[in-house]
Amino acid sequence: MLDLMIIFVLSAFIGYFVVWGVTPALYSPLMSVSNAISGVIILGAISAAGFAESKAVEVCALIAVVLAAINIFGGFAVSARMLAMFKTKEKK
Amino acid sequence: MMSGFLYLAAAVLFILSIRGLSSPKSARLGNYLGIIGMSLAIATALFAVPAERLLPIIFALALGGIIGVISGQKVKITALPQMIAAFNGLGGGAAVFLAGGEILSGGLHPLATSVGAVIGALAFSGSMVAFAKLQGILSGKGLKFKFQHALNLVFSAVTLVLFVAYLVSGQTELFWMMTILALLLGVLLVLPIGGADMPIVISVLNAYSGWAGVGVGFMLNQTLLIITGTIVGAGGAILAYVMTKAMNSSLKQVMLGQNSKSEGNSSDFSDAVAKSGSPTDAAFIMENAEKIIIVPGFGMAAARAQHAVKEMADILRKKYHVDVRFAIHPVAGRMPGHMNVLLAEANVPYDEIFEMEDINREFATADVAYVIGANDITNPLAKSDPSSPIYGMPVLDVGAAKNVFFVKRSLGSGYAGVENPLFFQPNTTMLYGDAKAVTEAIVKELEK
Repeated sequence: MLDLMIIFVLSAFIGYFVVWGVTPALYSPLMSVSNAISGVIILGAISAAGFAESKAVEVCALIAVVLAAINIFGGFAVSARMLAMFKTKEKK
Repeated sequence: MMSGFLYLAAAVLFILSIRGLSSPKSARLGNYLGIIGMSLAIATALFAVPAERLLPIIFALALGGIIGVISGQKVKITALPQMIAAFNGLGGGAAVFLAGGEILSGGLHPLATSVGAVIGALAFSGSMVAFAKLQGILSGKGLKFKFQHALNLVFSAVTLVLFVAYLVSGQTELFWMMTILALLLGVLLVLPIGGADMPIVISVLNAYSGWAGVGVGFMLNQTLLIITGTIVGAGGAILAYVMTKAMNSSLKQVMLGQNSKSEGNSSDFSDAVAKSGSPTDAAFIMENAEKIIIVPGFGMAAARAQHAVKEMADILRKKYHVDVRFAIHPVAGRMPGHMNVLLAEANVPYDEIFEMEDINREFATADVAYVIGANDITNPLAKSDPSSPIYGMPVLDVGAAKNVFFVKRSLGSGYAGVENPLFFQPNTTMLYGDAKAVTEAIVKELEK
């Protein structure tokens, strides 16, 4: 438990500094990238589904897998589309 | 042991993917690093699952993946805010289902599970309401009714009581009641919030989906979830802070729906007359200008005028050698960075686009400020009238330019319900009409 707390607190510091470094022009992609990576709870869903001892638990976990997967794939797809549009002046 | 190292690698890649967003140059690489990290993490998790149980999981993964990619590819750029809100909600929903499953299997971590469930439920239902508002299914205006605050307060208090009662007693019925109540609370909290406060709400919901992930991470003893959830939670919190700062409101005001009240309107301009002009007049003044600053707002997004604006900027620059720049207020639009994305879609290079604090003093030397579909973010009352609801909000100094053009549908006040005295200033010309139609008419004149 203490280990997890340490990780939590240190992550908060990393998050704080990394996010302040993001340029305001990219706040929309920031949201969709963080959307995508917050889908990482799919790990929990995958192992819950894989080791479920009852059908009800498995169904819950599988629904969570679908939802998190939409989040992940959709988030990265939208970010990629947005970021592809950010260009500097075309070189002549 | 091995899987631990792979998860660590994924965590590092996630951090680098956010880090990449510090500049548009490194951002695309950042996105790829995020994708690699996620693939690594998912593969590692799948590897641990007994082979005979893999099939339904792969199927669920593929189903979600296909839905996600298709909706992500198909969505129009103008519909991005609601898409992001929807994705956000699904992440929260996933946390709720995970927590529910944990309870069904007799979970050992009631505190973490409850945190994951409650915050996930708030993120889910709140985001769905935000989605419905942005999509136009629900009215974009804040929905208010009597005793709303009291009701929200009661709901929050009961949720909290159930939370504690569940932790003490371990009765799972309490857990389910608490989760359902949190779902309702998410709806109630977002309903009263109006369109212009959306950037804040989306940021807050983004943070929630991160914090829900942290709860699930503690529940499952999974460090990667804690690290990622915390970073996402911090990101959403920082965005919400930046947005509230840019509106000079507080999170409390927005969450209680107090921002959109507009009674304190002390300034009366009913006698004043605003001068209106035609696109021809505007084109004539712009041709002869040396420096033009374009200020886009939500109206540009609503009219999908970004391509016309880009065309106007190009022709002014190439044919008339005008210095054209774009000025962006942090809360213009419906999500953080909304205007930047729209202008990027129209191929406006990002080095011609400036944030408020970098360009505000340039208005004094500009010949023209072309304000398209924005109002409150230019309103000088924010500086001069302490009784105004928007007092203290940093605004773009468009009034300092020699000529100001407002492209607007009508003389109506902005979202905040405050009259804009700039409309009645002698150097202001109103160009009434649809943002796109007006801009296209100007382009036509400029081409002559």
